[in-house]
Amino acid sequence: MTQEAETRPTRVGFFTDTSICIGCKACEVACKEWNGVPDDGFVFRATSYDNTGQLGADTWRHVAFIEQDDRWLMSSDVCKHCTHAACLDVCPTGALFRTEFDTVVVQADICNGCGYCVPACPYGVIDRRERDGRAWKCTMCYDRQRGGLEPACAKACPTDSIQFGPLDELRERAAARLERLHADGVAEARLYGDSPDDGVGGAGAFFLLLDEPETYGLPPDPVVTTRDLPEMWRWAGGAAVALVGAVAACFLGSRR
Amino acid sequence: MRAGRGGDPAVTVPEAEFRSYYGQPVLKPPVWHEPHMPVYLYLGGLSGASSVVAAAARFSGHDRLAFAARMTAFAGAGLGSGLLVAELGRPERFLNMLRVFKVTSPMSVGSWTLAVHGGLTAAGAASALTGLLPLAGDAAVMASALTGPVMATYTGVLLADTAVPAWHAARREMPFLFAGSALASAGAAGMLTTPRAEAAPARVAAALGAVMETTAAAIIERRLGLEGEPYHQGRAGLLIKASRALTLAGGLLATVAGRSRTLTAMSGLAITAGALCTRFGMLAAGKASALDPKYTVVPQRDRATGRRLVAVPDQEGGPDTP
Ligand code: SF4
Ligand code: SF4
Repeated sequence: MTQEAETRPTRVGFFTDTSICIGCKACEVACKEWNGVPDDGFVFRATSYDNTGQLGADTWRHVAFIEQDDRWLMSSDVCKHCTHAACLDVCPTGALFRTEFDTVVVQADICNGCGYCVPACPYGVIDRRERDGRAWKCTMCYDRQRGGLEPACAKACPTDSIQFGPLDELRERAAARLERLHADGVAEARLYGDSPDDGVGGAGAFFLLLDEPETYGLPPDPVVTTRDLPEMWRWAGGAAVALVGAVAACFLGSRR
Repeated sequence: MRAGRGGDPAVTVPEAEFRSYYGQPVLKPPVWHEPHMPVYLYLGGLSGASSVVAAAARFSGHDRLAFAARMTAFAGAGLGSGLLVAELGRPERFLNMLRVFKVTSPMSVGSWTLAVHGGLTAAGAASALTGLLPLAGDAAVMASALTGPVMATYTGVLLADTAVPAWHAARREMPFLFAGSALASAGAAGMLTTPRAEAAPARVAAALGAVMETTAAAIIERRLGLEGEPYHQGRAGLLIKASRALTLAGGLLATVAGRSRTLTAMSGLAITAGALCTRFGMLAAGKASALDPKYTVVPQRDRATGRRLVAVPDQEGGPDTP
């Protein structure tokens, strides 16, 4: 069983088709139940039916509600399990790692709560739980996957808005769904995070949206910050040399 | 959407139109606390630049300045490490920082550098204080002149290597800003702890560092568009303004501070206060930048639209090509 899981060749992911989401929040509840995620506080926001607000240390699935003139938009957001994951790149302890399923998971027994992953994530997903000082986010139900089960949210979703499976298959299914919606006249339908050419090398959890990403609280063109890291180290190298040069100059004038 | 503050003539960015999810932030703001993180950034820079000053002073025969700078380098690294550990969510796990070494993580590079630098500066200080093993002590100081510049500049990469728009956009200038500020801080500390007759190089360092820091800050201000706005507004704006005034005043005073103790004290304290204001201001600006979705959405939307217009000029009306 474990052996089978370890030799599993394909990358898995989520395809969240928001066009059939009914906003029931079964995913939020299933996630909390299975993963034992603590209470995130009940907040009446007076903006919509949303009362979890955003993804965070204690909210690993978040259902967004957008009330527009003639329609409701609903979308269940989650960690994108990026191909090039900034959180993982910058984690100094190695607590964040890439699993055999090509997902991104925090090891709670290693994280020392340095908090660096938090501002590094271009989607604002991961956060530090101040009560226990560690960083938390969706694991794509790593434990369930090792047991051959699909993640709790996908299992609980009554409309199949959340689909789990091999990423290639999901991408094909999403392309077909998009074509179908466009043929039916839903011109505003678009995929988000499906392309391996985007700023994070493609998301392991991607979406079909009915409006611009920012309407759902998603960044329109996220880029993994470490893409520019070689450039940043070069500028720092220049600054370090400048510092040494400046100190040398300070002493040149006044040799004793 | 909030209206921009119109007071600052330096801000010429037009009010941006954008959509968001009920005005909520897209990003999570940095969780780092005050005063831990900004004071660490100050102490790390102070220690790094001081170790370079200590080495140069040792070899040019400025023995009292060399001793003072050696002690400052040690104290900065020691106190800074304490603050860094206290900043962790799980301080008892601080050794996990040395579990792996990753160049993709400026915090990993910084932790290793701090560990080595801390050890070297401690050895240098111990040798100078006890008079034991003077050659080994000097060798440690020489080696810390290599880790020191990393200490003083990696923090720029630390902040820039995030999704925070105000930080990431300033990635070129940030290491120079920190290096300049560190040099000025080390100069100020040298002035305050060394007899005036021997502190001439420290005064030059203070003045040069102040110029370098102010120049880097001015370039950030000019080069960054919308992303640079948080540096001008609110609490961050006040701190950065205070930092600029204190640093420039302290730097100017440093050029004449050789004349009296009062001038020396005024200059050294102004520069130190300015360097602290810089660090608090940078953290405040980063938080403000992450909390307003405008800074995330508008530049990304412009980028995405520009690219799509190039690829599919007549995309209006047709289905979106993702
Ligand atoms: S969405 Fe954020 S938290 Fe999730 S893998 Fe990508 S960078 Fe990490
Ligand atoms: S908070 Fe934990 S998971 Fe996040 S970067 Fe630090 S050690 Fe890694």
